[in-house]
Amino acid sequence: MAIEVPVFHVLMLAGILFLLGLAGVLVRRNIMFLLMSLEVMMNAAGLAFIAAGAVWGQPDGQIMFMFILALAAAEVAVALGIVLQISRRFDTLDIDAASDFNG
Amino acid sequence: MDSLWLVPALPLAGFLVLFVTQGKLPDRVVAFVGAGSVGLAALVALGVGWQFVGSGEASFALPLWTWIAVGDFTPSVTLYLDSLSLVMTGVITGVGFLIHLYATGYMWQDHEEPKGYSRFFAYMNLFVFAMLMLVLGDNLLTLFLGWEGVGLCSYLLIGFYHRDPANGYAARKAFVVTRVGDTLMALGLFLLFWEFKTLEVQAILADAGALTPGMATAIGLLLLGGAVGKSAQVPLQTWLPDAMAGPTPVSALIHAATMVTAGVYLIARMQDVYLLSADAQHYVAVVGLVTLLISSFTALTQTDIKRILAYSTMSQIGYMFMALGVGAWSAAIFHLMTHAFFKALLFLASGSVILALHHEQDIFKMGGLWKKLPIPFWSMAIGSAALVALPFTSGFASKDAILLTAYENGGWLYWGGGVLAAGMTALYTTRMMILTFFGETKTEPHDDSKANMWLPLIVLAALSIGGGWFGIAVLADLLGPVGTFNHFTPLALATMAVPLLGILIGWLVFTGRVRVGGLVESGLGRGLRRFWHGGWGFDWVYDRVFVKPFIAAARINKNDVVDLVFRVTAAIARGLHYIGALTQTGRLRWYAANMAIGLVLVFLIVLEVF
Repeated sequence: MAIEVPVFHVLMLAGILFLLGLAGVLVRRNIMFLLMSLEVMMNAAGLAFIAAGAVWGQPDGQIMFMFILALAAAEVAVALGIVLQISRRFDTLDIDAASDFNG
Repeated sequence: MDSLWLVPALPLAGFLVLFVTQGKLPDRVVAFVGAGSVGLAALVALGVGWQFVGSGEASFALPLWTWIAVGDFTPSVTLYLDSLSLVMTGVITGVGFLIHLYATGYMWQDHEEPKGYSRFFAYMNLFVFAMLMLVLGDNLLTLFLGWEGVGLCSYLLIGFYHRDPANGYAARKAFVVTRVGDTLMALGLFLLFWEFKTLEVQAILADAGALTPGMATAIGLLLLGGAVGKSAQVPLQTWLPDAMAGPTPVSALIHAATMVTAGVYLIARMQDVYLLSADAQHYVAVVGLVTLLISSFTALTQTDIKRILAYSTMSQIGYMFMALGVGAWSAAIFHLMTHAFFKALLFLASGSVILALHHEQDIFKMGGLWKKLPIPFWSMAIGSAALVALPFTSGFASKDAILLTAYENGGWLYWGGGVLAAGMTALYTTRMMILTFFGETKTEPHDDSKANMWLPLIVLAALSIGGGWFGIAVLADLLGPVGTFNHFTPLALATMAVPLLGILIGWLVFTGRVRVGGLVESGLGRGLRRFWHGGWGFDWVYDRVFVKPFIAAARINKNDVVDLVFRVTAAIARGLHYIGALTQTGRLRWYAANMAIGLVLVFLIVLEVF
């Protein structure tokens, strides 16, 4: 039988996950961890969509999550290429090393 | 007659072909396109004119399209053919074609300019198109379009040999000086629109009677200002002698036969306005009289053959203005036509001489050419006879009509001035002919001109003689009688005799049979000669009153005070840019933090926390 989870709890979880991810993005300097934190943020958003879809009994929330999955896959493909370039060029994975592109 | 639109369209098409190909066509094709388009236009014009005269109608209008429609202001592009525009169209396409044909030979060896041959014919075709729009336009706006178009082509062709800065200066001078007149003319057009709420020529002429005398005078004088600038009359005449910097066919087409007579056309076209204002008409006559006197004295002292002809053009147009001013409308247009024939002939013949002497224009370095260059010599002799108005030439028929009408309508002053200038014309023409073609040979000529160069000379020579009969027979039907004169009154005989006297004096003096060296070299003689040679000091005065103060003012204002406003605006924008650039640190995490802070702020605003 299905266990009813209150929607408020799910949204709280999504919010906490999002803030954790954001904190990771802001605090971490290693670019790999930065990307993983981004994944966490995106999944937090996806969780919120699923919860909302379940509340209104609409499939839109799940469809939105699939979009987010596709977006994440594409983002990783591009980002890993950039990571490879940064590690070759600067010989480090520190994101602050790549700060030449300033105004 | 519906094929009238082809007349301006053909030269425009020729221009577009030459313009688009950018000098990549072989020179023979360029000659074919350049002269052929005008030749076809002349044939179409001939056919249309034949039909028009045969139809017996007074006018024919061919609406093409509406130019713009802004409220009540809907100027249409309409071609309007009446006797006046028919004569002008005939001169422009007919004489224009002969000059184009001549130019195919004259410009042939001219490889001083890369792609110059194609560029030359592109400008010439554009000029013919603009000039045709000027005379065929039924709307003063179309006329103004053509008016500015011919000014542009004149500028481009005077400065054709643009490697010499002096030619560029001459071109700019012509452009700026005529622009003074054009500004006055534009003001005149504004006044006309203010009064009539339209710029359609026929509508204006039909309602012209409603003008108050003061308004008619104002409009007449403003339009006269435009005409004076374009036709090189006093006080805006200084650009024409310098305009001789252009190639000789340009001088023949633009600065003798067609463009400089646009002012005469304008006044003849708007004659109903001038008929309302005796003052305005009087000033037209005064301008003409002063110009023809000043320029015929100046021509006597010039040494450059083209400058002599330029001053002579000014004085002949002065005759036309005087004719307009004393009410001899058809005589003015008649003289316009015959002048187009013989002055184009004189310029083209002098061009042949100049080419044979390798671009030598100083008549004191010529001499003894009459046996060596027979066709240019005889052409020039015939052209000179017509210019001097010897009996049985075309120039005689038209100039006599002007002088005798001037006496009837204007009085002794106009007749006397005109006859005095006619005597001077005979004197300077004789001087030019004797110094150029007689005496000892100072420079050996090399004449290798072909049929395309001497054929136009022969046709124009025939027209210079026979054009007068054509004028009396045909123009009288079209424009109204020039006037029939008894050529055996004392006055008419005197009018006829003065040029002959001028030739006699010229022959005695310039062949050295009568020594006048003492008179010429005396203090007064030298002073007068300098004064006349400099064009009566107009350039000197303008230089000091306008050019030098302007340059001085420009030098003082080198940093451009008015521009300060815009420089301050630019400085503010640059300051903001520096502040904005400070946020671009290049640190990714800093950007992410900013986005997060921004997001929080947006949430707070949406949730109405503050």
